[in-house]
Amino acid sequence: MKTSMKGLNKDLILRLAKRKNEPKWVTDLRLSGLKYWNELEMPKWAPKVFGEDETWLNLDNIEMYVEPKSEMVSSWDEVPTEVRQVFDELGIPEAEKEGLAGVGAQYDSEIIYHNLKEKMKKQGVVYLPMEEAILDEKYSETVKEHFMKLIPTNDHKFAALHAAVWSGGSFIYVPKNVSVEIPLQSYYRLNAPGAGQFEHTLIIVDEGADMHFIEGCSAPKYNVANLHAGEVELFVHKNARLKFSTVESWSKNMFNLTTKRAIVEAGGEIEWVTGNFGSKVSMVYPMTILNGEGAKCDYTGVSFAAKGQVLDTGAKVVHAAKNTYSIINTKSLAKGDGVSVNRTLAKILPQAKGSRAYIDCKSLILDKEAKAEAIPEVKVYCMDAEASHEASVGKISEEALFYLKSRGISEDKARAMIVRGFTDEISKELPIEYAMEMNNLIRMEMEGTA
Amino acid sequence: MGKKILTVSELRVSVKDKNKKREILHGIDFELLRGETLVILGENGAGKSTILNALMGNPNLKVSGDVKFLGEDLLKMKVEERGKRGIFLSSQSPLEVPGISTTEMLRSALEERGERLSLDQIRERITVEAKKLGLNIWFSERELNVGFSGGEKKKNEILQLLVLKPGLVLLDEIDSGLDVDASKKISEILAEYQEETWAAFIVITHNLRILQSLKVDKTILLRDGMIYAKSEGDGLIKRIERDGFSGVFEQISGGEK
Repeated sequence: MKTSMKGLNKDLILRLAKRKNEPKWVTDLRLSGLKYWNELEMPKWAPKVFGEDETWLNLDNIEMYVEPKSEMVSSWDEVPTEVRQVFDELGIPEAEKEGLAGVGAQYDSEIIYHNLKEKMKKQGVVYLPMEEAILDEKYSETVKEHFMKLIPTNDHKFAALHAAVWSGGSFIYVPKNVSVEIPLQSYYRLNAPGAGQFEHTLIIVDEGADMHFIEGCSAPKYNVANLHAGEVELFVHKNARLKFSTVESWSKNMFNLTTKRAIVEAGGEIEWVTGNFGSKVSMVYPMTILNGEGAKCDYTGVSFAAKGQVLDTGAKVVHAAKNTYSIINTKSLAKGDGVSVNRTLAKILPQAKGSRAYIDCKSLILDKEAKAEAIPEVKVYCMDAEASHEASVGKISEEALFYLKSRGISEDKARAMIVRGFTDEISKELPIEYAMEMNNLIRMEMEGTA
Repeated sequence: MGKKILTVSELRVSVKDKNKKREILHGIDFELLRGETLVILGENGAGKSTILNALMGNPNLKVSGDVKFLGEDLLKMKVEERGKRGIFLSSQSPLEVPGISTTEMLRSALEERGERLSLDQIRERITVEAKKLGLNIWFSERELNVGFSGGEKKKNEILQLLVLKPGLVLLDEIDSGLDVDASKKISEILAEYQEETWAAFIVITHNLRILQSLKVDKTILLRDGMIYAKSEGDGLIKRIERDGFSGVFEQISGGEK
């Protein structure tokens, strides 16, 4: 019955489109993606991702579409022991573990969540699987107006691939002046093993509205896969506010080549909080376009490249309107023979008078063999604007280690404390259970148990 | 008093200076009993801080000799072992450690000593000790010494001492940065701590105010990495206060030694 969805060609895309029963405009985007995938080169500065040996990326070995399995596990006890252990180790709250494992709602907190969902429904908040939103009479036009508009199909090679084979993800619309009380989490969407490696998230926060979205790629995945090329498109309207948090921890055979982009209108604000862990190679640089007067962007990110990993991460901001303001604060760590590249860019266009941009990127090298690079860049094309950047690459201070050890704290623990201190600013921005989880991830990476 | 806490013989310490080994201490001997206070005096650069750093195990120093701490070979112990067993160094200018609060550090340090405290319990413990210093828990919740004034850093060291309850306390110019009243207060706190715990103190100071509540049992005058003179009690301190280092050096080299 099951036909292979490996490799990438027109036939596969048409089969995928047919299976999804999607409108023509979506299929056209897929075909456009395929065209650009074949035409576009990888950028010269990019880390290696393709290779002959099976540890490297080869699309002929990748299942482009996995039918969500109909048989979901029905109770926590049925989840394989090793998966449960990882969840336990991470300290993920019980209810979330259930969600992650695809277990149905039966806990109080889920009921609370359900009740909140009811409330949001009354407020007019829309939270739908992407495919449903495309087909939904009420929302299909809105989706069409925004879908792949911020990230066109020819944006770069993996955006083209995403356009061709995307599947899954969420559509969220927050109506004018609605404030969503609790953070919305994508856990509840990505619960089928095998799905979601090419998910597309589209969020529209209308004028004066306010929400916090948390991307829940927060555990070593139940579904082990080897390529994640998702896309996130965020539209923040006038005076609206969006906080977008991500804590990703991929298995170490994963190529994480995800594109995230936001456009912020006058008086609007976006706050990014990003934690990148795991993967073999990651290339993720969320980008913000400050498109209206007084728009703001605050980016905080941490990434950890352990043994055998290349984490090439960072953030970009384009100031395209007057009096816009951005701050990028990134921290990266490299351990073992891990390579961490911390790329940041703030660009102030001629029309963006009175704008200010500030970049601070710091890297911490934990081992002799580890490599870290911080590459901050500011491009100012406007006379009446200010931009500054700071960057540093350093090691754990021997003096700080001596100080902590002299108080009787063991070497390993002292190192872990210093590292946690280095990433403290980011943990502070997250809800408590995510902060705990991130601290645990850092601890596991430090101990080499991740 | 009785029990010997520290015996130092033939302590030699060198540092790597531009890839050359340079000896700073050329064979130091002294011993210390529980509950005793030893004061080390000497001009800048005489090697006073190096003695304390060598005892704590500063990795930048190459140390040889025979040092017994409670009968065991101190030089074989790792820094964290020394800390755990009750050696406490308050250095001249305590380091700023971003991202770690004093509370968190003390909690970990106690945990290493086998005492697991909840956040509330450790805060309670710190609050009691902080009160003695006229501080509250918020002081301890701040990042370790980050942005602290010189005096605040020194108070933070004393706060750590009071919580960790070490048996051998090494105080390197604990009074620098403290105002007159604070010096007096800390002197009293230290005296009280010593009376309660029978801890031994080694004190380096240029300011006698910090000693006013302490009973000095021994004094060492250090010059060019060697012990130039010793006295029981504080006789030497009084002489130096009166005649200055140069005066005392003249008297001794004039044949008194």
